[in-house]
Amino acid sequence: MGCTAADVAAAVRAAAEVVAEHRDELVELDRAIGDGDHGENLRRGFNAVVSALDTSTPDTPGAVLKLVAKTLISTVGGAAGPLYGTAFLRAATALGDAAELGPAEVTTAIEAALGGVVARGKAAVGDKTMVDALDPAVRAATATSGSVAEVLAAAAAGAQAGAASTVPLVARKGRASYLGERSADHLDPGARSTALLLASFARSAGAGQ
Amino acid sequence: MSLVGLVVVSHSARLAEGVVEVAAQMAPDVAVLAAGGTADGGIGTDLDAVSAALTSADAGAGVVLLYDLGSARMVAEMAVELLADPDRAALVDAPLVEGAVAAAVAAQGGGDLTGVAAAARTALTTTDGPSAAAELQQAPRTEEVPVLGRFRLTNDIGLHARPAALLARTLAGLDASVTVRFGGRAADATSVLALMSLGARGGDEIEVSAVGPRAQEALGRVAELVERDFDD
Ligand SMILES: Nc1ncnc2c1ncn2[C@@H]1O[C@H](COP(=O)(O)OP(=O)(O)OP(=O)(O)O)[C@@H](O)[C@H]1O
Ligand SMILES: [Mg+2]
Repeated sequence: MGCTAADVAAAVRAAAEVVAEHRDELVELDRAIGDGDHGENLRRGFNAVVSALDTSTPDTPGAVLKLVAKTLISTVGGAAGPLYGTAFLRAATALGDAAELGPAEVTTAIEAALGGVVARGKAAVGDKTMVDALDPAVRAATATSGSVAEVLAAAAAGAQAGAASTVPLVARKGRASYLGERSADHLDPGARSTALLLASFARSAGAGQ
Repeated sequence: MSLVGLVVVSHSARLAEGVVEVAAQMAPDVAVLAAGGTADGGIGTDLDAVSAALTSADAGAGVVLLYDLGSARMVAEMAVELLADPDRAALVDAPLVEGAVAAAVAAQGGGDLTGVAAAARTALTTTDGPSAAAELQQAPRTEEVPVLGRFRLTNDIGLHARPAALLARTLAGLDASVTVRFGGRAADATSVLALMSLGARGGDEIEVSAVGPRAQEALGRVAELVERDFDD
């Protein structure tokens, strides 16, 4: 059984709850090497996403992700807005009009999301950004065959390890790059939120099986 | 003919407005618009605000966008991508204040989108000494004898932003090449930034030399401006 638009919308709502639960943690991480707004930016953005889903019911998974993208782009207010916005937008475009998603579509969507983040932010692996979480997530997803839940679980595990790998890195993109060497020994907030989002999507997919 | 517009994208509404204030002072006819801060008045960037500014700043000749950091660039980029014709806007990586001033002056002078973007991009290199001097080396036409004049500035701020812009505008389009010298340095009188970088203040004496068919008239116009205290 694949995921329908309703499943995707439910997964996005669950992710919004996770973002709210981790708001303070993400703020703390961003305070250490940024301007301390990442958790609040994402909370505001995903709150708006939930309101948008309350007032409209997109009828394909792609349309749900497009709504998420547009809402994040216009409400987040920090780098995460255009970055996650472009990620969701590219994922939506890659899915086209498909009514249900299987494992192959999910992998394609995550891949497209990474392409979007890289196109927008021009960061490479090792620059201490969300790319460090998303890139291993794509590689793990591509290497996994199985259900949607299994693909997402692999992606989430990849993202988790990738986020952890940002700790020793010196930032070369984003606000943290202004800190130079002092950005080392901290977890990148965007990599952390990417891992949280993918873990939440994986849980939703697992519960829906 | 319509002029190229300018949009300043910043994380802070006050910063964007401040930059606009400084730049607009030198370009009274150019649409210079601020897009700073989030919709709720916080620090951050707002795509809708940038898109709206982009539309209102375009009088037909296109718009140059300048940004401060991080997401400001990304949001500006998205706003450009959303335009029906993305070629009507140019996103320029430049020091915000210098870039905005240089772009505003170039736009006021009737520069096209490419020219205004280039003015912003090279804002820093045109204000520093060596390259201004290099510019000057090619300026004087060799056999011509320059018309010379010395003028004591009697306005308070001297050859600062607005007066410098006024001087450059007054000489624009006149068939004469005019050089202003002060403190051992020289500036092409059509370059506002070069003029400002001379640092001539009220009470200082500047030397002006002009060559070309209308050199005499150029000197006359300078004399008049100094006489009128640059309309201060
Ligand atoms: N150029 C980039 N490419 C990829 N990811 C980036 C880039 N710049 C920042 N990030 C990610 O965004 C996270 C910060 O997001 P946040 O919402 O706090 O934006 P911000 O840096 O405060 O935004 P702003 O640029 O407006 O100051 C970083 O931890 C990093 O993972
Ligand atoms: Mg931040």
